[in-house]
Amino acid sequence: MTVDAVIVGSGPGGATAADVLTRAGWSVVIVEKGRNHLLDPDDLTRPAADYSNDELKFLYRHFLGPDPLVEPRTFRRGEEEGDHAYVGEVNSIPTTVGGGGTHADGKVPRFREEDFALLSTHGPVDGAEVADWPVSYDDLEPFYAEAERAIGVAGDAGANPFAAWRSGPYPMAPGAPMYGAVLSSAAAEGIGLHPYAAPTAANSVPYDGRPACNNCGFCAFFGCPIHAKGDPVALLTRAMASGNAELLAETFVARVRTDGRRATGVSVVGPDGATRDIDARHVVIAAGAVETPRLLLLSGIDLPLVGRNFMVHFQTFVIGVFPERLHGHKGRAVTHVHDDAVIVDEAARAAAAEAGLPWIRGGLVEHGGPSLPVMEAKIYPWGAKHKSLMRSSPMRDRMWAFTMQGEDLPQLTNRVDLDPTVRDARGFPVARVTYRPHRHELVASAHHAPRLVRVLEDMGATWTMTSTSPLPEGQDRRGALSAIPMSRHVMGTTRMGDDPKTSVVDARGRLHGLDNVVVADSSVFVTSAGYGPTLTLVALAARAAAALVGRTDPA
Amino acid sequence: MPLFLTDDEFAVLCAACERLIPEDETPGAVRAGVPDYIDGLLGAFLVDPPRIWAGGPTSGRHGGEAAFARFHRLSPLDELAWRTRIEGSRGIPEREFNGPVRGLQEKYRSGLAELGADFCDLGPEDQDDRLRNCRSFTALLYEHCCEGMYGAPEYGGNRDGAAWEAIAYPGDVQPRGWSDAEVAGP
Repeated sequence: MTVDAVIVGSGPGGATAADVLTRAGWSVVIVEKGRNHLLDPDDLTRPAADYSNDELKFLYRHFLGPDPLVEPRTFRRGEEEGDHAYVGEVNSIPTTVGGGGTHADGKVPRFREEDFALLSTHGPVDGAEVADWPVSYDDLEPFYAEAERAIGVAGDAGANPFAAWRSGPYPMAPGAPMYGAVLSSAAAEGIGLHPYAAPTAANSVPYDGRPACNNCGFCAFFGCPIHAKGDPVALLTRAMASGNAELLAETFVARVRTDGRRATGVSVVGPDGATRDIDARHVVIAAGAVETPRLLLLSGIDLPLVGRNFMVHFQTFVIGVFPERLHGHKGRAVTHVHDDAVIVDEAARAAAAEAGLPWIRGGLVEHGGPSLPVMEAKIYPWGAKHKSLMRSSPMRDRMWAFTMQGEDLPQLTNRVDLDPTVRDARGFPVARVTYRPHRHELVASAHHAPRLVRVLEDMGATWTMTSTSPLPEGQDRRGALSAIPMSRHVMGTTRMGDDPKTSVVDARGRLHGLDNVVVADSSVFVTSAGYGPTLTLVALAARAAAALVGRTDPA
Repeated sequence: MPLFLTDDEFAVLCAACERLIPEDETPGAVRAGVPDYIDGLLGAFLVDPPRIWAGGPTSGRHGGEAAFARFHRLSPLDELAWRTRIEGSRGIPEREFNGPVRGLQEKYRSGLAELGADFCDLGPEDQDDRLRNCRSFTALLYEHCCEGMYGAPEYGGNRDGAAWEAIAYPGDVQPRGWSDAEVAGP
């Protein structure tokens, strides 16, 4: 039997493609190499009950995968470090049904108009592949709006003065603000910043058959026990309910098969270790910006730029310790953000000029973060002081943090390819990440961090600290571990464009030269913006899938 | 009765854990069950299903069923990963696709031996010296002490949630959650 499409990966991109294609009557097979803990195994149109408020299971025992012992990746800064400097967990987003959507805390900002036209708006940067996207914000707006309706986003349309235009309001009003965010937002406003309620894919009221979020606090890194987070369970349950989709979990796509001109399907390794073929008229790849280029390379589809321009977000962390308890374990982990550091204002221009750069852009600043006691305990030393520190809790209950998701410029030398020696448990070469930040990221981080320190001081912090991931070379006390970006926002390894010489896929995600293969994840991003990639990759996946079924607008 | 370690090894483990997280006005590592957490991890495959991932969605502590107590079944790939992590690769080809892996069982057996059979008889300062000298084992042990102390009680440590209570942390809160007023107010 030949299906209309085989979809590689069940995360937000693959789930979106499955939803759009099945609604158009296409038969699809969704292949996911991880386990199914998202959908009820007895009825795949309903959510499962496997997620829980369990720090050990989700943070230290790889419940959502990948387990680095059986599915490692490797890392090096550059070729001078040899084949690799580290083997283990590298930028790993979950390997499980639902992919990265399951563990995210659900902040889903849109990009802004200029994010799609960085080259024409701000100009080139030496050593970076800054380019405009072949898609504009206006092209994508209807798909953004549909994505927000599909996964259920709570937000306040008028709250962010820098936001791009929108065709309508958010489907839901924002949920409860965290106490710490109330304080940090007031302090941020006090120095002229513009914090607002983060657009969040967690229900503030019952929505689409799922309950309202009850503020349990286990958001970032955790699957939602009550499925108040809509991404991507809403899309997958709808695709399964169509009757046109089949889900194969614990099944690894080893190769995209081609006849030289067209893809004819994929070869998969099932849970029993047996290999078989799935014949398909189209192959949609949504395995994430590390595994997608890996699959293309394993398939011998080695267009020159496959794997190049790998991007993450350069994260700047500014933390403060306060005299009073802020109970950051109550609420959605991050309820407020501000966009000011994305804006190229006079101060940013001056800092760029001083550093010999044409411009710098930071990224979205998140107020708050997860509040977890095992993570906290490991920070403190052992011995007599351990428990008194845990009780007074300077690094959890009395801490507040900002994380800036800084724009990471695309560079040809930052890439994903196949490691020459390291294999996964199934015997396939693993992905190797080669990455070092551009000077732009370091300069932008150093420019924006002091303002965040000032906000925390105005809020009443008695102690503050600034750090980044990755750490600048020379400050990396933990060797390779400090050099590997902690960001899970992976992007850019099959960038889109109209010219096959400078891109891998076209504006609708089709591989140049093999146009029944479509990439439907953040691999297609041309630049990284300073915003989480999920909503943009969902909108692009919906647009690419709509094009497959002959439409130019959302259904 | 320890599940995996011998009684002598378990005694050294208890003494070492108690130095890392000692008792004061609230329970230390031993009274919180941290050595049982560690022994339970080393012996995870001696029970069925293995005690790797507690179930969901609720523990019963704030309403709902006591579902954490029903541990998840492992897939063949999960079992390969966790047996390799705990038991080591032991020359088994399917565990050595990237070379030999030293397991937690061996790390604990040799680490506890390195602390010394006489560890329990030493004074606190001498015990701390030994722990500082066994740097890499102590680092591993401390990671596990933190997990056993402040993880969910179903994994064998944090007995009766006493370690959470001591730091005024509620632990898992589904299905109760928090009201909007509890989130937004001081």
